[in-house]
Amino acid sequence: MWSLLRPLFLFVTLYFVFARFLKVGASIPHFPVYLLLGIVLWNYFSEVTTGSVGAIVGRGDLLRKINFPKYVIILAGSFSALINLFLNFIVIGIFMAITHVALTWSALLIIPLLAELFIFSLAVAFFLSALFVRFRDISYIWEVIMQAAFYATPILYPLSRIPHQYAKLLILNPMAQIIQDARYALVTPQTQTISQVYDGNKLIWAIPLGVSVVVVVMAVTYFRSRSKYFAEEV
Amino acid sequence: MSDEVVIRVSNVSKDFVLPHEKVSSIKSAFTSLAKSKHRSLSETQHALKDINFEIKKGEFFGIVGRNGSGKSTLLKILAGIYQPNHGSVQTVGKLVPFIELGVGFNPELTGRENVYLNGAMLGFSQKEVAEMYDGIVEFAELKKFMDQKLKNYSSGMQVRLAFSMATRAKADILLVDEVLAVGDADFQRKCFEYFRNLKKNHKTVVFVTHDMSAVRQYCDRGILINDSKIMMQGSADDIAVEYARLFSEGGNQESLDVGETRWGNQKAILGKSTIMPKQSNNKKDSFSVTTAVTANEDIENLVIGFSIKNATGTGIVGTNTKLQKISTGKWHKSQTKVVQWQMPNVFADGNYSVSLAITEQDTITVCDWWEDALKFVSFEENPGPYVVSPEVICNISEA
Repeated sequence: MWSLLRPLFLFVTLYFVFARFLKVGASIPHFPVYLLLGIVLWNYFSEVTTGSVGAIVGRGDLLRKINFPKYVIILAGSFSALINLFLNFIVIGIFMAITHVALTWSALLIIPLLAELFIFSLAVAFFLSALFVRFRDISYIWEVIMQAAFYATPILYPLSRIPHQYAKLLILNPMAQIIQDARYALVTPQTQTISQVYDGNKLIWAIPLGVSVVVVVMAVTYFRSRSKYFAEEV
Repeated sequence: MSDEVVIRVSNVSKDFVLPHEKVSSIKSAFTSLAKSKHRSLSETQHALKDINFEIKKGEFFGIVGRNGSGKSTLLKILAGIYQPNHGSVQTVGKLVPFIELGVGFNPELTGRENVYLNGAMLGFSQKEVAEMYDGIVEFAELKKFMDQKLKNYSSGMQVRLAFSMATRAKADILLVDEVLAVGDADFQRKCFEYFRNLKKNHKTVVFVTHDMSAVRQYCDRGILINDSKIMMQGSADDIAVEYARLFSEGGNQESLDVGETRWGNQKAILGKSTIMPKQSNNKKDSFSVTTAVTANEDIENLVIGFSIKNATGTGIVGTNTKLQKISTGKWHKSQTKVVQWQMPNVFADGNYSVSLAITEQDTITVCDWWEDALKFVSFEENPGPYVVSPEVICNISEA
């Protein structure tokens, strides 16, 4: 219930501030749905990663008493967020129906995009949870990073509104790429995807995807090497 | 018992780093980087050094040691919770650790929900838990309380529920850490019953404890850990004796101490002592305790006594010359007298130890007290649960 209402309330607030008062998205058709989709995807990432920070330490009593694969803890948190994500997608579906968003076959692209989102978020979660065992101020640092990242990702504003050289930089962030691609697939083809920012260069997708792969490899290696010692260190 | 080795521990060492200044944040990681040139920030504690042993299938294996000797660390390494710094542990079969009862119990959930939760942690599917649910509740005697939140349970109720769950665990190897230390007499009786069953079913059990009577009663073999090393490996009885010796070496006793399990002012000393027979399986046998007493100075009316304890430390038989209203008379220096007591075989199946003592006539000043001086064994074909087992004759006749 609240997992549905929270993004909805945020959406209503942001919609009035940015779409009605500031008229940020005037150039974009279906801007409310465009906005909502961005918020929902970002919320998923935020829920998984911030939830994971204290996850290992929070299960300390369990870790010290029985031996089980530690990744289960993170995976479980990720799946519960995934359920929320699907509920939110139902809301998006309703909004799309109300505002007559035309669905095309490209909507199917959302599936690989969600897979990318799931894997990328999970990797960040693994990394953070393992790091937090060692460094307990990660939770504060991550809060600050998330706040900055929220504004650095084109969620509230269309990418076309910011200077081109910055747009080029921001879109390299995997979250920005995922959100823009998802909007392109579901809401409107007028969304600027990464290749459009880079003048139609399709190869540029390799950069955010490459970043994701690097994060995944690093996180898995780090988590695996540290997980043996969780019981002692939590 | 087969010869199959189910746990092999080879050259296991475990160190813990004890930082003097805890680096637990990125901030302090930076600040301590600057300081670290001045002094060492941590020291290493060797919790276990070069531990080697093997446990065979069906063995009841005891791990004993004083507080802080590393036995719980060893158990955690066996359970895979800690990783050894050196060496390796190989286990065969499904291993279930009971480091603590009721792992993962959530106080906000009801008893019923906790049963399912804990069942999942013990590796049961929801269906399996549902099947044994009634049995668990009945064993825990908590039928009325299952829909209450766990936080409203008394600690005794929680432990009962947890133990009831634990007994259901299907494991080839069980690691048990001092669960017997909690609970009332009734609960402990249940624990012991459960252990007896495990033993009967030839489960492999690794048991960490301070309770020597439990070690004697259940364990086949064991190790004694002292100062992070294996001090001794052997039969349960030997381990228990060695463990007791550890404590007497600890220096808790007075200066009169002349040995590990023997003390007194030595005005008179116990000499050659025997118990006959050393083992018996015949209720018609008569046991005799014989001891030679030598006075080291002229003294009057020494009181000489003995007591026999069973493996759990319960006193079974005991008396002394004063209680029996026997005067031992005047003793000259270096005079030796032989004292003998005879009694029927009332001993239930098990191991017994005989303690001997000489005191002055006040029965308080100890001349020579010899704890566990002698040992004997009583065998019975059909052992019962009672402390003593004299020959009982039953007659049935028509009225």
